[in-house]
Amino acid sequence: MRGEVIGIVGGSGTGKSVLLKTIVGLQLPAAGAIEVLGVPITDRRGADGAPIETRWGVLFQGGALFSSLTVAENVAVPLKEHTDLSAPLIREVAAYKIAMVGLPAEAGAKYPNEISGGMRKRAGLARALALDPEIVFLDEPTAGLDPIGAAAFDTLVRDLQRLLGLTVVMVTHDLDSLKAICDRIAVLIDKRVLVGTLETLLVHPHPWIQEYFHGPRARAALTP
Amino acid sequence: MRAGGRWDVARLGAVDPKLRALAPNGVREAAIDLAGLETLDTVGAWIIHRTQRTLAAQGIAVSLVGADPTHGALIERIEKSDVPPPLARPEPNVLLEMLERTGRALLEAVRTLGALLGFVGHVVTTGLRLLVHPSRVRMTSLVNHLEKVGLNAIPIVGLLSFLIGMVIAFQGADQLRRFGAEVFTVNLLGVSILRELGGILTAIIVAGRSGSAFTAQIGTMQVNEEVDAIRTIGLDPVELLVLPRVTALVIALPLLTIYADVMGLVGGLVMAVLVLDMTVLQFAERLQQAVPLWSFWVGLIKAPVFGLLIGMVGCREGLAVQGGAESVGT
Repeated sequence: MRGEVIGIVGGSGTGKSVLLKTIVGLQLPAAGAIEVLGVPITDRRGADGAPIETRWGVLFQGGALFSSLTVAENVAVPLKEHTDLSAPLIREVAAYKIAMVGLPAEAGAKYPNEISGGMRKRAGLARALALDPEIVFLDEPTAGLDPIGAAAFDTLVRDLQRLLGLTVVMVTHDLDSLKAICDRIAVLIDKRVLVGTLETLLVHPHPWIQEYFHGPRARAALTP
Repeated sequence: MRAGGRWDVARLGAVDPKLRALAPNGVREAAIDLAGLETLDTVGAWIIHRTQRTLAAQGIAVSLVGADPTHGALIERIEKSDVPPPLARPEPNVLLEMLERTGRALLEAVRTLGALLGFVGHVVTTGLRLLVHPSRVRMTSLVNHLEKVGLNAIPIVGLLSFLIGMVIAFQGADQLRRFGAEVFTVNLLGVSILRELGGILTAIIVAGRSGSAFTAQIGTMQVNEEVDAIRTIGLDPVELLVLPRVTALVIALPLLTIYADVMGLVGGLVMAVLVLDMTVLQFAERLQQAVPLWSFWVGLIKAPVFGLLIGMVGCREGLAVQGGAESVGT
């Protein structure tokens, strides 16, 4: 649904990452068809001719920054490729996106191998948001961040989602994120996707879901 | 000023230069009317915020009026992300920089030579230790690499040697015919293929196929921290990764060279039969008279050395990878 945050959860090996890769067209589905923003993924172009790549942003687990470019140049890549903005404006846009995801200004001039994993992740998010996409796909965005960073990340996604009407699809294991920002949760289980809100899933009878949402870690995160 | 329509990243390319060129003369106060905005994204919000800021710096109070609440909130959010840019690096002096780079490259070359020497020493001592404890030789890995660098290289090595043999025989016959010495084509072919070309051709192909593959494999493992994992488990990356690869090359390269020799001669034979009207028997006889067996050994003796060099350089480059993709092979 437009403007909502949906979290994808599931045990290891249930195909969360595969699902995400298939949605963005990096893998062909074994069966069935996929539409993103009303565009069949095999077409890659919407009715107005805009390539689907300009309307989404994807954040990979490790950030997947281009190692030959600085962080700011990484953020500028989609802008240079897909818009007619002037070079100084692109620099400014890259700078405020970097600030927006909570990175210090100096980080823009650094290369990906000079910054930490958490910073790489933020930089990856800045690149995913470069074109102000309608939908962003996040693969485990808070994994590997410290709790403060993870909470800031949640707030950021929430803010952007509210201000820009962003739709967010995130694979996550972070129960705090699930509770804080996800409107709906999709559980991959028994080779099916089961979608519900946190409240409905809390009372769902399936043993794995019970274990997931009522385990010791879940109790600590979900009890108010 | 009145902003209207859809302000988003796809449409703002034309708006920005105009706002940037804004030159107010004597105005003390301005208002930006946002009531006409249909959509606003962060780029649009940024441009509005920047215009406001630039004008404010010139002593003009700018107010935003008629903003939709979400648009207002977005502009506020952007305001918070407006940080002064870090100090730009000073423009470097081209001449000085060139000098600096030359010096750096020179020092780097000396350092690389030293490191390579150290690496060779390390590999050799590890190899000698394994000779004393043969049970520590990684047979599975060795056989695996033998298959990859040796067996799988057979088609390409064979094809190229065959073609080179044909070319030498054809071109040689063409030139020697002017002196009526076509029959010496076989001498030319035999000596050049056996002494030099078979070995060097094989080495070049293997360096391209396997040397770079070693660098890529070990480099990827280095980026994935697999090499560090090997060290923390108490294993030696040289023993585990380098030695099987180098040994495989040292074994495979002479064998491939023999194969390349044979294919080169066969290529020459085909050409000799077609162009010089020789029979196979005549060719063989001529070859036996003209080319001493020593030529073959001279060519073959170099092969293990080539293998050692290719393997060492490929593996060292892989282990020298730090950080990301960009540092592989530099």
